[in-house]
Amino acid sequence: MKNNGKGSTLPAKIRNAKTPRELYLAKRRNYKISVILWRIGLFAAIIGLWELITAIGWMDSFITSSPSRIIKTMCEIAPAEIFKHIGFTLAECIIGFIAASGLGIVIAILLWRFARLRHILEPYIVVLNALPKIALGPIIIIWVGAGIQAIIVMTILICIIVTVISVLNGFMSVDEGKVFLLKSMGASQFQILTKLILPANVPSLVNMLKINVGLAWVGTIMGEYLVSTAGLGYMIIYGSQVFKMDIVMTSTVILCMLAAAMYLSVAAVEKAIKRRYHTD
Amino acid sequence: MAILALDSVNLIYQTEKDETEAVRDLTVSVDEGEFIALVGPSGCGKTTVLSMIAGLIKPTSGSVIIDGADADPSAGLVGYMLQRDNLFEWLTIEQNVLLGLSVRKTLNDENKSYALSMLEKYGLGEFRTHFPTQLSGGMRQRAALIRTLAFRPKILLLDEPFSAVDFQTRMTVCDDVYSIIKSEGKTAILVTHDISEAVSMADRVIVLTKRPATVKNIFSVDIDAPTPLKKRESPRFSEWFDRIWKEVL
Repeated sequence: MKNNGKGSTLPAKIRNAKTPRELYLAKRRNYKISVILWRIGLFAAIIGLWELITAIGWMDSFITSSPSRIIKTMCEIAPAEIFKHIGFTLAECIIGFIAASGLGIVIAILLWRFARLRHILEPYIVVLNALPKIALGPIIIIWVGAGIQAIIVMTILICIIVTVISVLNGFMSVDEGKVFLLKSMGASQFQILTKLILPANVPSLVNMLKINVGLAWVGTIMGEYLVSTAGLGYMIIYGSQVFKMDIVMTSTVILCMLAAAMYLSVAAVEKAIKRRYHTD
Repeated sequence: MAILALDSVNLIYQTEKDETEAVRDLTVSVDEGEFIALVGPSGCGKTTVLSMIAGLIKPTSGSVIIDGADADPSAGLVGYMLQRDNLFEWLTIEQNVLLGLSVRKTLNDENKSYALSMLEKYGLGEFRTHFPTQLSGGMRQRAALIRTLAFRPKILLLDEPFSAVDFQTRMTVCDDVYSIIKSEGKTAILVTHDISEAVSMADRVIVLTKRPATVKNIFSVDIDAPTPLKKRESPRFSEWFDRIWKEVL
């Protein structure tokens, strides 16, 4: 570690030649920069091409919309209106995400702790996992009412089964030797849970959160397609029904940005936790 | 007086497919401060015997008495050291070493300073705040031993504790562990398939038969040398090795 680029910078400058270490680091840096530039370039190319094709009339911007029309739409809709829709969708998504993750972990703990319960419920979990949750839409609406609550329930349903399965899987695959060690120290099941199972699974729990972010968006938008009076999913459906592709595309772009922001915040949590838990 | 007594212990495993007689009429008595090695053909149930001493498996019949009471993991009389060190990667060495004390809810200042003094004494003081992945295999095994000693068990169970350490370091780790156990004055029971390890460490070597395990023979190894490495150098070492090796066959 001591002998990295910094230590050898000075003599290298005097000799005006690069050490292998410096060459390697320069190569790495150039590679990273090129990846970032390509990303930006690709983005600009897609936007530019889209705009160009619609501007010269190769494609009808009535069907495909265009970047300039999306920006125009964003400016035209009253900010209060946009934020109302964003607020609805975001609230549904976050509430569903937190509830599904929390409940899923609690259920996984119970299934880990009680083997008989786990064995009894196994076929039910398998079937629920295989079932396309969207099929339950009408039932959900009738049972909990057509409103934000139906969308949250849909979000929870889509996330929770996968959560339970993946978290339980992580719990069950904790090193037997470590469990044995704690038992030989006379540890209770609760101590095994808090001292071993949960901390050992922090990385897999964080991973589960990352998967759930994506699934929660699926649930929320699905739910809004089925039943809603506000939200980005509602805007998309509304826009397509009145054939205003600008509204559809604008909502989709906003959705992209929100999903990316939420994913990035979970990724930031992951990074912090990894440092804290030394799992790198 | 014997600190550990197994009296006509039988153990029959039940599984859905069949039942397996793992241990038959096993009677062993171990005195305080003794170092015992259990050797025998692989799969003969050596580890099962350790699990019974730890109180994790109850014998089908017979008794396992430690310090006058039935074996029970919550009594804290037995410390178990496994093949792999099983240090918790997310805890520092210090937190790992204090694990047993915190499980047993006896983590007070006195016990803590005892555990930490052992870290100092056995060369891990400066690695207190390190994480297990930052330590070498030999150091990790030493940390695992100190973790086992930290809650002051009367008997140490060592289940092939060196088999996961690479050959180069095995001899020195073996010496380390031996001298730590001796200087802390602990009773130890080592399970191993490595006869040279058994001969170099143990005061008595107990040879078990193949399954169902029972005592085949007991040897009091009388090589007069202070450490396992020195014992290996003694001319009597190979003599003992041969005798026991033939017995295990």
